[in-house]
Amino acid sequence: MKRDTPKYKTSDEVDFVIVGSGAAGGIMAKELSTNGFRVVVLEQGPYLTEADFVHDEVKILNEDFLTNKPKLQPTSFRKTPNEKAKPQRSVLYGRCVGGTSVHFTANFWRFHEIDFVERSKVGPVPGADLRDWPITYADLEPYYTKVEWEIGVSGLAGASPFDPPRSKPYPMPPLPVKGSGVIFERAARKLGWHPFPAPMAILSQPRPGRSACVKCGFCMLFGCEVGAKSSSLAAAIPVAEKTGRCEIRPNSYVHRIELDSNGRVTGAVYFDEKRSTHLQKAKAVIVCANGAETPRLLLLSANKQFPNGLANSSGVVGKYLMLNSGGVTTAVFEHPINDYKGFAVSRILHDFYELDPHKVGFYGGGGLDARFDLTPVLFALGALPPDTPRWGSGFKQALAHNFTRTLEVFSHGTSLPVETNSFSLDPDLKDAWGLPALCLTYKDHPDDLKLWAWLNQRGDELLDAAGAQKKWAQPVQEAQFAVHLLGTCRMGTDPKTSVINPDHRTHDVKNLFLCDGSSLVTSGRGQPTMTIEALAFRAADRITALAKRGETT
Amino acid sequence: MINDLSRRNFLTRAGGAASAVWLSTHWPAIVAAAEHAHQAAKSSSPQKFEFLTPEEGVEIDAITARIIPSDETPGAHEAGVVYFIDRALTTFALDDQKTYREGLPASQARVRELFPNVAKFSNATPEQQDQVLHSFDDQTGPGRGNPRRRAMANSFFGILRAHTVIGFLVDPDSAHGGNRDGVGWKVIGRDPDHMFQSPFGYYDKDYAGWQPNPPDAEKTKA
Repeated sequence: MKRDTPKYKTSDEVDFVIVGSGAAGGIMAKELSTNGFRVVVLEQGPYLTEADFVHDEVKILNEDFLTNKPKLQPTSFRKTPNEKAKPQRSVLYGRCVGGTSVHFTANFWRFHEIDFVERSKVGPVPGADLRDWPITYADLEPYYTKVEWEIGVSGLAGASPFDPPRSKPYPMPPLPVKGSGVIFERAARKLGWHPFPAPMAILSQPRPGRSACVKCGFCMLFGCEVGAKSSSLAAAIPVAEKTGRCEIRPNSYVHRIELDSNGRVTGAVYFDEKRSTHLQKAKAVIVCANGAETPRLLLLSANKQFPNGLANSSGVVGKYLMLNSGGVTTAVFEHPINDYKGFAVSRILHDFYELDPHKVGFYGGGGLDARFDLTPVLFALGALPPDTPRWGSGFKQALAHNFTRTLEVFSHGTSLPVETNSFSLDPDLKDAWGLPALCLTYKDHPDDLKLWAWLNQRGDELLDAAGAQKKWAQPVQEAQFAVHLLGTCRMGTDPKTSVINPDHRTHDVKNLFLCDGSSLVTSGRGQPTMTIEALAFRAADRITALAKRGETT
Repeated sequence: MINDLSRRNFLTRAGGAASAVWLSTHWPAIVAAAEHAHQAAKSSSPQKFEFLTPEEGVEIDAITARIIPSDETPGAHEAGVVYFIDRALTTFALDDQKTYREGLPASQARVRELFPNVAKFSNATPEQQDQVLHSFDDQTGPGRGNPRRRAMANSFFGILRAHTVIGFLVDPDSAHGGNRDGVGWKVIGRDPDHMFQSPFGYYDKDYAGWQPNPPDAEKTKA
């Protein structure tokens, strides 16, 4: 695919360098270049296109085709800051143009009003530092609508009695119901609950330059070969490049942000594919590198003025990580569902979005969905009943019987912000470029585990009402692998307890902005990308206004 | 390449006016990708091994054939899993070469230990072969006495099992030579197509359409 896009010199002082091209970075690039600014996007991964996206599970499972590369980028894990971390795979994120939005499952739930004001409503939670956002749902609502219309979300407005107010319906109808959705909907209604069509960032109707979903079933962990999945790659970056003002520069690993003696950033230092170092000069830098790599980049950019990490006078960079609680109950039904056809999710419910802590005995809430998001190998290695023989004719019979008859009920819920849950620099482990590796420190807040167990019971009730022949739940256990990367450079008005202000500008450095999962103050109920993208649209508006007033340099 | 053809037909039909632009930019790439996959698939049934010796190939084939046996339906043998593994060991699974080179002789030693009259796995009866695998893989088999040896064999067996599953069920159009003729997908009931339309199965075929939730639904907290 050839596009007539600019090539800026590293010595050209462009208006913005954006670090990362994923859910937030792609939208930021689209908005700022559309608004007339000169933009360079530095992406550590390669520039893949739809022609590269195949249904080959070996590429996904064995070669980390679309995601971070543990061999080049080792990571470590520990439960608490007092332990020495052990090297292990502890994080997964997209590493290609489009970032994690290329391989995500595309569940696009808006946050509800409660997610922004929960501290005020439920009060402090012991062992956590739960805070209100400095913005409300009403502030973000126009930008949720922008995501739905400009990026492409299918759904049915008004179908859930728990939905927050909206200014516009969805731009296209929901995707067709799957067998798992029918089973879920019927059982939920028996129980008096309120299932509704899942909002998905997948096109149910074609849009200019993009096909509607062909229902191939290779969604989770795969790139969409027809552009139906509303990734930044399919929906935002082509618009940015079309402006003629945005250069996407792949294979560019930013590892330092430079600061001058006046306390202003001057650009981003990166390794190119051959590991040569360059400084891309810019009037302002916007880091959209995800909730793990954004804090890591700030910590790597420590200097005389900021010895604990750039823009980290608060000391909270990397802290208050939230991963979203929740689990999976898998079930086998009598007849073929063939849920491998289609996409992941067609029905969800939000009856338990806002639980009363005084009644349930813990803080939190969540949603349920019905899905089958497993491709054949993933299914065979990960979704057979625990008592199935691991090999031989019993194994084969289970494969043959269950593949078409299995569905999963997922629960998605809150995580509390706990100071010691964090991404930091491992003191010993280095990546292939010789830089300190990411260290994940995480121990779930007890309420998060109680919520998971509580939601599991609801999943159980639902599957009983649905007449499942067999069901089994993933046991509730503490996390040691991070996929949703939230809260590590959180937004706030107090520079002592937050990293960015409501304009996404760092409290410490006037021309440094952060926008991605790290900006979130609370975790929401398990589907963060919609909110990350709404924040990116809003941040782009704020940054544009600042830049037009000459306040970003 | 029937799958790719049907996908292309769908794209032509589905997009209407909008897809003309899409096709004009994407068509050459799609055709190129399809041709590439086709070449890869054609060369996916090698006559000889690249990593395994012929003798090792016979043994690995025999073990995979107990992990996913051939009965009324095809198993790992018919899916060409041993060829998939051989190619894996020279491509994406280079790191596992040592495990195979050490694990296979250890497995043969176990065969002789359990059945002194049997020289190698492929010569054992299916029942004997299952006993050998039990000794690697569960708590009830005859091999449970020596945890250290079990752990070593276990890692070989664990990797071999995963490779067998992948080689049986990977997309047959991929470039790795597994799931020959799509037999793995036939066994599990996966339609070989890559585009579908609802209804997909038993439960959604008589779905009457979306009916709104009762309007009086109360926003009660649990």
